[in-house]
Order: sequence, then C-alpha cells, then structure tokens
Amino acid sequence: MITGNFTTDACLLILFLPLLAFVINIFFGKRLPRQGDWVSIGAILITLVLALSLFVEMLSNWNYKFSHEVYFSWIDLGAFKIDLGFWVDNITIVMLLVVSLISSMTHIFSLEYMKGDVRYNRYYAYLGLFTFSMNGIVLANNLMSLYIFWELVGVSSYLLIGHWFEKHSAADASKKAFLTNRVGDIGFFIGIMIMFTAIGSFNFQQLFDGVSNELISGSLLTLAGLGLFMGAVGKSSQFPLHIWLPDAMEGPTPVSALMHAATMVAAGVYLTVRLFPLFTVDALTIIAYVGGFTAIFAATIAITQNDIKKVLAYSTVSQLGYMVLAVGVGNYVAAFFHLLTHAMFKACLFYGSGSVIHAMHHSLHDMHDHDTDPQDMRNMGGFKSKMPVTSMTMTIATLAIAGVPLFSGFLSKDAILAGTLSFVQSNPEHWILALFGFSAAAITAFYMFRLIFMTFYGSPRMPKVFDGIHESPKVMTYPLVVLAGLSFFIFYTVPYFNPFKDYGWFTKLIKAGNSAVPGNPTAKEIYDGVHYAHDAAMMLSLLVAALGIGLSYFMYYRKSLSAEAWSKRAGFLYNLSLNKYYFDENYNKFLYQPFLRLSRAVAYVDWDLYDKYFINGFGYVTKILSKITGRLDFDGLDQTLVDGIGRSAQGAGKNLKTMQTGRLQNYMLFALIGVIIILVVQIT
Amino acid sequence: MADFAFWLIAALTLGSALMVVSSKSLLYSAYSLLFTFIGVTGLYVFLWADFLAVVQVVVYVGGILVLIIFGIMLTNKISSVNISHTSVQKGVGALVVLGFVSALGLMVYSTPWIQLPNSEPAETTKLIGNLLMMDYLLPFEAASFLLLGALIGATTLSRKDY
Amino acid sequence: MDTLSNYLLISSILFSLGLFGVVTRRNGVAVLMGVELILNAANLNFLAFARFGGMNMSGQVYALFVIVLAAAEAAVALAIIINIFNNFNTINIDDVSELKQ
Repeated sequence: MITGNFTTDACLLILFLPLLAFVINIFFGKRLPRQGDWVSIGAILITLVLALSLFVEMLSNWNYKFSHEVYFSWIDLGAFKIDLGFWVDNITIVMLLVVSLISSMTHIFSLEYMKGDVRYNRYYAYLGLFTFSMNGIVLANNLMSLYIFWELVGVSSYLLIGHWFEKHSAADASKKAFLTNRVGDIGFFIGIMIMFTAIGSFNFQQLFDGVSNELISGSLLTLAGLGLFMGAVGKSSQFPLHIWLPDAMEGPTPVSALMHAATMVAAGVYLTVRLFPLFTVDALTIIAYVGGFTAIFAATIAITQNDIKKVLAYSTVSQLGYMVLAVGVGNYVAAFFHLLTHAMFKACLFYGSGSVIHAMHHSLHDMHDHDTDPQDMRNMGGFKSKMPVTSMTMTIATLAIAGVPLFSGFLSKDAILAGTLSFVQSNPEHWILALFGFSAAAITAFYMFRLIFMTFYGSPRMPKVFDGIHESPKVMTYPLVVLAGLSFFIFYTVPYFNPFKDYGWFTKLIKAGNSAVPGNPTAKEIYDGVHYAHDAAMMLSLLVAALGIGLSYFMYYRKSLSAEAWSKRAGFLYNLSLNKYYFDENYNKFLYQPFLRLSRAVAYVDWDLYDKYFINGFGYVTKILSKITGRLDFDGLDQTLVDGIGRSAQGAGKNLKTMQTGRLQNYMLFALIGVIIILVVQIT
Repeated sequence: MADFAFWLIAALTLGSALMVVSSKSLLYSAYSLLFTFIGVTGLYVFLWADFLAVVQVVVYVGGILVLIIFGIMLTNKISSVNISHTSVQKGVGALVVLGFVSALGLMVYSTPWIQLPNSEPAETTKLIGNLLMMDYLLPFEAASFLLLGALIGATTLSRKDY
Repeated sequence: MDTLSNYLLISSILFSLGLFGVVTRRNGVAVLMGVELILNAANLNFLAFARFGGMNMSGQVYALFVIVLAAAEAAVALAIIINIFNNFNTINIDDVSELKQ
C-alpha cells in the first residue's frame, strides 16, 4: 500500500505494523525464540520512529492549518456509500506520537514485569492489537470506522484486563469493563445514526458542513451530541459509568499505564475534541457538568483509598473529568493539552507503582508470604532509600499532576481552570463548575502527596519486607526516566521558555476551530475570555495546589495532624468515600437484581408456558401422524415391495458370492478401470 | 490480476482437496474440506453464478460441513483425542485414479468444444427464481419431497433403538 | 483463464481426488467427504457449461438441485454411519463386511 505520499504511507505503516505483530504473535508467538516479544517491540519501535518523523515534519512545516485527508472506498451501493479514510492534522500527529510513545514504553517495561508469565506471547499480541485499534481511532476520518476501532479497543481492553483470568476478580473486572462500555456505546451508536439519518454521511468534514448548513439543529442536534458523548462517558469512565476503571486495575500494571491511564481512556476525550464543532451549547453545558462532577467526585474517593493502584485509578478518573470539563466549557485545546501532559505523567506514575509492586511482590515472595497485599500502601513506607530512581521519577510526576510550576501539569491544568473561570465569568449561573475545578485541584495535590509520603517516606511499616526491597532492573527504570523527563514544561513550550505561560509549539500549532453550530461562541471569543481569566486562574490554582500539598505534608510527613483523628471526625463522609459512595452496591440493587428477576419471569413464560404446552402439543400431533405413516410404510411398502427386491437380490447374491472379497472399495476400483477403458476407447 | 486470483483459488481448491483425501487426521480432513468448499465458491463467482455461490456457502459450509463434523464427534469417543484414520489400497488406487484423470484430461483437451459467444453477466437470482417456479416446478416439488424424506429417514436411522 | 477447458480440467482433478478418497479411505465419514468432492466437481461442470453456453440458466438450476441432493445425501449418509457405529461400534467400512460370506 505504498502511495508515494510520505504522510499517507507513514500513517498506513503506523496503523498496520502493530496489527502485523499481533497476527504473528498470536499464531506463531509460542514457537518463536523468546516467545516473539522482539517482533512486537520491533514493530512498535518502527511505529515510534515514524510517529516521531511525522512530528518533526509538523514542527518544520509550522502550519497550524495543516490537514491531510485520504479516502479508500469501502461500501459502494450507489446511493449508500461509505468511505474509509484518514484525517491527519496536527492533533492526529500529536496523538499518534503519544500512543506510540506510551505503547513502546509499555512494551519495554513489560519485558521485565511480565517475565515468565504463562501467556507471555499472547500478552504481547494483545498489546499489538490494542495499539492498532487505538491508532485506528486516532486516524479515523469518519464515525463508522471510528466506531469499529472503538469497539476493537474495547475488545483488546477486555482481553488485557482479563489477562490473568484464573483470578476470579480479574475475570469479573474484564466483564464489567466490557459491559459498562457497552452501555455507553449504545448511546454512541444512536448518536451516530441520528447524525447519519440527518446528514447522510459519516465523514467528519461533511458532518461539520451539514451542521453549519442547519441540516440538523435544535434539540435533535443536542440529542445526537449527547449520544456521541455517551460513548466518551463509557470509554473515559465519566460519572455514572466510572465504575469499571478502578476494577480494571486487576490487569497487569503496564496495561493499566498504557490503556487505563494514558491512551484508551483518553479516547473518549479525543472523541469529544474531534467532534467539538458538533456540540450545541446545551450539550456542552451537560458535558461540562458531567466532567466537573466526575473530577471532584473521583478525587474525593481517591483520598481514602489504600491500594496504590486504586488511588491512581481514581486520580485518572478525576483528571479525565477535568479534560471533559474543559471540552464542556469550550476550551477544547486545553483538554487536548491536558490529555497530552497527563498521558506522560500518569503513565510515569503507573510504571512507578508497577515498579513498587514488583519490588514488594519479589520481597514477599522471597519471604514466602502470600497473604500480605503487595499493593497496599499501609505495608510500605521509607522506600526512598531503597528505590531511588522510582521514588525520584514518581515525585516528579506527582509534582506535575499537582500543578506545580516548572512541570507540564501546571500549564495544562492552568489552561483548563482558566477556561472554566472565563466560562463562569460570562455565565455566572454555572459558578459551581469553577468550584468543582479548583477544589478538585486542591484534593488532587493532597492525595497524590499522600501516596508519595506513605510509600517513599517515613519509617518502614513492615521492616522485614522493607529489607527485601530493591530497585527494579534497568528495562523498568528507563521508561520511568523518559516519562519523568517528559513531565517538565520545557518539552511543551519549545522554542519559548517561560514556566508560567503555555506559549510554545503546542499553542502555536494547535488552534481551536470554530464550532459548526450556528450561534455557538466563536473560537476567538473563547480565546479572549481565557486570556482575560488566565492570571486570576493561575493565582488561584497555585494557591489550591499549595494548600493540598501543605495539608498532606503536615498529615503524612510531619504527622503533626493526625489522619486517624480527622477521618474519625469526618465519620460518615469518610466511610462514604472509602466505599466509593456505594456505587457498585446500588447498581447491583437497583439495576442488576431487577433485571435478573425480569429474566427469570421471561424464562418462566418461555419454558413453563410456551414450551410445555405449545411446542409439546405440536410434538404430540406429529407423533400420532408418524405412527400412522409408520404403519403404512412398514406393512405396505417394506413387507411386500422392499423385502421382495431384497429376497431376489439375496438369491442372486448366493450365486455370485464366490466373486466377492467383501470390500466395497475393491469393487469400485474394478469399475473405475472399466470406465478408463471406455474413455480411452472413445477418445481414440 | 483476475487471472492470478483465478489460479490462486484453483490452487487453494485442489490443494485443500488433496489434504482432504490424504490427511491422517479426520478432523484435519474436515477442516480442509471447508477450504475446498470456499475455493469452489470462488470458482462459482468466476463463472458468474452469484446466487449459487451464496447457496454453496450456506448449504455446504453452513450445513453439510457442520453435519460431517457432528458425525465425526458422534462416532468417536471425545476422550480419545486422536481421531486418526487409515487408508487401504493406496498405491493401486492412486495409480488407477491417475490413469482416470489423465484420460479425462486428454478428453477435455481433445474435444472441440462448441462455445456460444460470450454473453454479459446477469443477475442470476431472479432468473433462477423464475425458472424454478415455471419450467422446473415439478423437479422443485420433487426435491422438496426428497428433502422431507431425507429428514424423516435420517431421524429414524440415527435413533439408538432402531 | 477464461476458457472452458480450464474449468473442466479443474473439475476433473477435483473429481478424481474425490474418487481417490472414496476408493481408499477406511473411515465412513472420510468416504462421505470424498463424495462431497465429487458432487462439487460435478457442479463445477454444470456451471462452466452454463457460463460458456451463453449464460444458460438451466445449468445453474441443475446445480441448485445437485446441492439439494447433496444435502439430503449427507444427512442420510451420516445417519447411516451413526447407525453403523451403534451396531458395530466402529465406522471403518471394511470392518463392516457382512456382505462377505
């Protein structure tokens, strides 16, 4: 599929190389040396190089209007026509780089983390499948192919969460993730179909044109937008479909880093960024509320969790809520910016937690202790001296997520908060969104530093385990160092250098476009508002970050504030947060149980009523009919006609039996020789 | 391009047919049969028989093949994993069949076939439907009876206590 | 590729392979598979003649009937095989040699 155009070729290769690795590994992986991990790593590294070269080309072009679209005809039935294709612009290129970078880091990190796993080759194969489908989402230029890849991402997520399916909880978590996503995807599909019926195309550009020509407008457009947003709610685990992501941490930790922190869950945000021009003001307001509520809601749960991965999981949900909030208030470039920076530092945090768990696991394994939970932070403490690289890199990433200046998270979070503040300034009735945003920022800083202090500082809580802890090998620490490095602001502001301003290649090359919906605020209006609110937002966000970090410092490092006393004082609220607001229990009580009862009732109708009376009645009639025909057949036909022929054959057989060997196939062979003779005679 | 595809499909058909008759494992034979059927379907498409191609997939792949695999499963104990089978009179059989195929080949190439001028591909579904309901109504009904008979016969025969 | 004799040759080879299976296999199911190959070869002939006889649809109708017959044949044959298995506890057809005296 070489077309001669560098961008097209590179995209095709980026898309299909991981698929190739998947196919090779799933079929032949077991027989290849080293179970075929080098195939996957080779493919993903080539992908990374291609994505980097696309990125460098984008920087050298320095054109924020760059757009490249390629079509391949797929279904052509005259009036009904679906094209597959790519739409490559600067957002796509950045996203491709993020996916291939995090994916290759995961491949390398897993070399050590998954060493000796029973299904090692399958693990690498599924990573390839995931990378393929994620790149497919990123490159798609129409809703149909996007939807296909969207489901493929769901499948590969299912497979990877359930990688250790012998564990009951992992098998359950994979099912839960798949089914929860399905709920969102129904809405997504309805949205797609509304769009298609109204405009008659799946192509993004044609949809935008259709919306601006008012082929679809008003409440129907709002409904379609909300349907499309439902897909994002499922995939990006927004409230109320957030329940699957924390459970998904049952998968291997590198997978959590790749899919449930950096890329797959970002697919929902990417979708809303891509489709931003389609959303009406009403839809955007709902999106903003969902995002803002998720941000604060998940953050409050993260405070009380003791499992290191659960903290990170809820933190991810909360950060995704931030991104969705940014889309909702119209500042979708900030959402994408946060997606980019978050991918780096959250992947780093997950790898760091993976490294800690790996060390804990080995230490516990050496002690023959299989009961202590290696992921529980209450068993850790003081690891800084034993794991200097992990501790350093995780601290850097934590500074980034907390929004401390000089780090990437500061810039992107600041942009989101500025967008929210300006939205609230022009729409004062939505003041609560700003409250959500800023208090979530404070809580994020608090619980992230709680994690750092509990894991790496203080005195070891289990001294015996502590003695066995040692730094992870180099293949695990190198990805950590790379990603921690990418958490510094400088990579996002090149060629400018100002830690307090996000001016740089990103803001210059990725500019917000106008909404296609007539009457929505234009990009310039939003930009001016953000610009105006920027300084106030920065001051406020610095203040709340300092507040969160300070509180955490006194509570978990200096211990001058007792965490236990505070949690007792909070009492009811503390339990609510610890139990994740009883969401799973309530879903069980109000959704699953009634559904099961309904199924049982339907089964009763189907089996006890329909089957027993209707179907069995049919059977009875047939039986009587068969008896009659059976008698006719046996007495009439068999006894006289068939047996007569049989008797005559028997007589002939008695005379001819000497010729017979008894082997039917011998006879056929003789007959065949006869046929050949006849044929030859005929031809000659 | 089409030429290449044609020979590829022909090779697939014949190669997998060879597997069917030569494989040691009964299950491998059955799965190779699948590829033969698919290859034949491809040849049907080249012969402009679109409806027949679909019927071939539905009946052969969806019906007969499944039936055969059921037959294998039902007549072998599931616990004995090795469902192998042997052949008899292989050498003689191969020789005779080789003679047969060369005789047929000779005939095919030596006969001056009368070909009508190339006509255009048509939508065969409608034409077949018309023919079935008009010219071939009697055979059509006979076939229905045959199927009914086969249905009852097969059920009766495979009963345990027959 | 688009000549009648190519198709006829392919179908002859397919036919012969089926015949080979029928003649040499000991397992009843495998013999049945050979028969299926033969039927497919015959069908290929029908369609080839139909196509090169000026799109004569009768050939295609016959092919359809052959498929119907094949389905009936497969069902009955398998029923017989299962019956044999129940009676003799084997489906190797040369073990089932009650024809010999």
